[in-house]
Amino acid sequence: MNRDYLVTRVLPPLAFTVGLFLIWEIGCRVLEVPLTVLPAPSEVFAALWKYRVPIIENSWVTLWTTLAGFLIATVFGLALGIAVGWHRAIYAGIYPVLVGFNSIPKVAVVPVLILWFGLGEIPAVITAFLISFFPIVVNVATGLATTEPELEDVLRALGASKLDIMRKVGIPRSMPYFFGSLKVAITLAFVGAVVSETVGANKGIGKLMLDAQAGFQVPIVFAGLLVLAFLGILLYGATVIIEQRFTGWAFRGQNR
Amino acid sequence: MQPLVELDNVSMAYGHGAQAVRAVQNVSLNMRQGEFIAVVGPSGCGKSSLMKLISGLHPPASGNLRIEGKPVNGPLRSVGMAFQNSNLLPWRNAVDNVLLPLEIVEPYRSRMRRERALYRDKAVKLLNSVGLDGFTEKFPWELSGGMQQRTSICRALIHEPEILMLDEPFGALDAFTREELWCALRDIQAERNVTVMLVTHDLREAVFLSDTVYVMSNRPGRIVKRCDVNLPRPRDLDVTYTQPFQDIVHELRALIGGKH
Repeated sequence: MNRDYLVTRVLPPLAFTVGLFLIWEIGCRVLEVPLTVLPAPSEVFAALWKYRVPIIENSWVTLWTTLAGFLIATVFGLALGIAVGWHRAIYAGIYPVLVGFNSIPKVAVVPVLILWFGLGEIPAVITAFLISFFPIVVNVATGLATTEPELEDVLRALGASKLDIMRKVGIPRSMPYFFGSLKVAITLAFVGAVVSETVGANKGIGKLMLDAQAGFQVPIVFAGLLVLAFLGILLYGATVIIEQRFTGWAFRGQNR
Repeated sequence: MQPLVELDNVSMAYGHGAQAVRAVQNVSLNMRQGEFIAVVGPSGCGKSSLMKLISGLHPPASGNLRIEGKPVNGPLRSVGMAFQNSNLLPWRNAVDNVLLPLEIVEPYRSRMRRERALYRDKAVKLLNSVGLDGFTEKFPWELSGGMQQRTSICRALIHEPEILMLDEPFGALDAFTREELWCALRDIQAERNVTVMLVTHDLREAVFLSDTVYVMSNRPGRIVKRCDVNLPRPRDLDVTYTQPFQDIVHELRALIGGKH
């Protein structure tokens, strides 16, 4: 790691984050905010440390339900996106239904899922999936739609089938859109899993926060929020790394 | 000798019934094997439609279209195409872009796995022959506009098509690069004796490169003039400053019309 990288990429976010916590801490102390309204970061971190074992256990549940839902959404979204982008008739047929489905707040679906699958991890996985597949579908379909008609002519004149054109041009072309949508999808999946946990579950960060709130243990609630933010950054970062690895050609000039 | 391409009173339209837009009307023309023809005309006159017609991408509404004496129904593999936009795939380097047609056209397609190294050699040689030595492993964004267009023309040639169709291939290039590429195209055509159909707005380009220039009218496109270019070959750029050359260009310009 060279000095430049340290100064431009590592120090600013670090300083900003520390500064934010400092302002929060000072604000709480100066204004004497009650613990039950907004605990100072020192209290939140203390709670984080004190309850680290249940927090780690529950984080793990949230993490894997998010990832499971996200994985299903990725496979399903990619497949449906290719189908929607394949033919105008499929697009016209599926799209309105998709939009309608996507408009339903997923919180409203969780009780149904609990009814079907009982309390546990399955409703969280399904909610994560349901909330996150839509952007993947839309992006993959958009990517396919941007194939240049001239290039399609070149290939069709050679006798290429629709499948050939998809394999050689359409799908590679839509990959930057696909990986871009994963960044949105992973955060949505995370939201889905946590929302499901807060509606009804027996494990997970959402459930932990719900219990803490019921017992007025506000520092634990905020510790849960911090953990969520941290996990969110982690998951987002992972998809960014995957994106740049697979579609470096779309980021020319930025990292070359 | 039987012409390679025969169009006999061919019309073409987009859409059906009353809303159909006539793009090409009653066009008759022949192309000999090894002939270089240029089609010029005002924009939107159906020049590109004529290309789609001959490459088999769009069927004629009426008239006869035969290639090597056989009626055309469906895409012809013996055609290579290049357009104003080079349309290179940004995730492939120059050689891999050139190899794309071989991954589609038989018999290369089924031999690709075994013969990849051989085909790669062939693509590299082709790129070297148009002056891209040392750039074969570069990605499209690392190439200049002229280099991209050279690569695009190589891609159109790699499967050794009988007919090369070029739709304003040099339209987006600066004047000097364009003249450079005229010479490159002239040499390719002379060396391979490939039949070329060049669609262009540029009358100097058309006259410099071709044996026959066809002038099309406004939409629906009809051929209003067939003009033989009897300038001796090989031609070099100096020919464009001679009187006979200027006379042909001038005559064609008058036929295209428009406000002056």
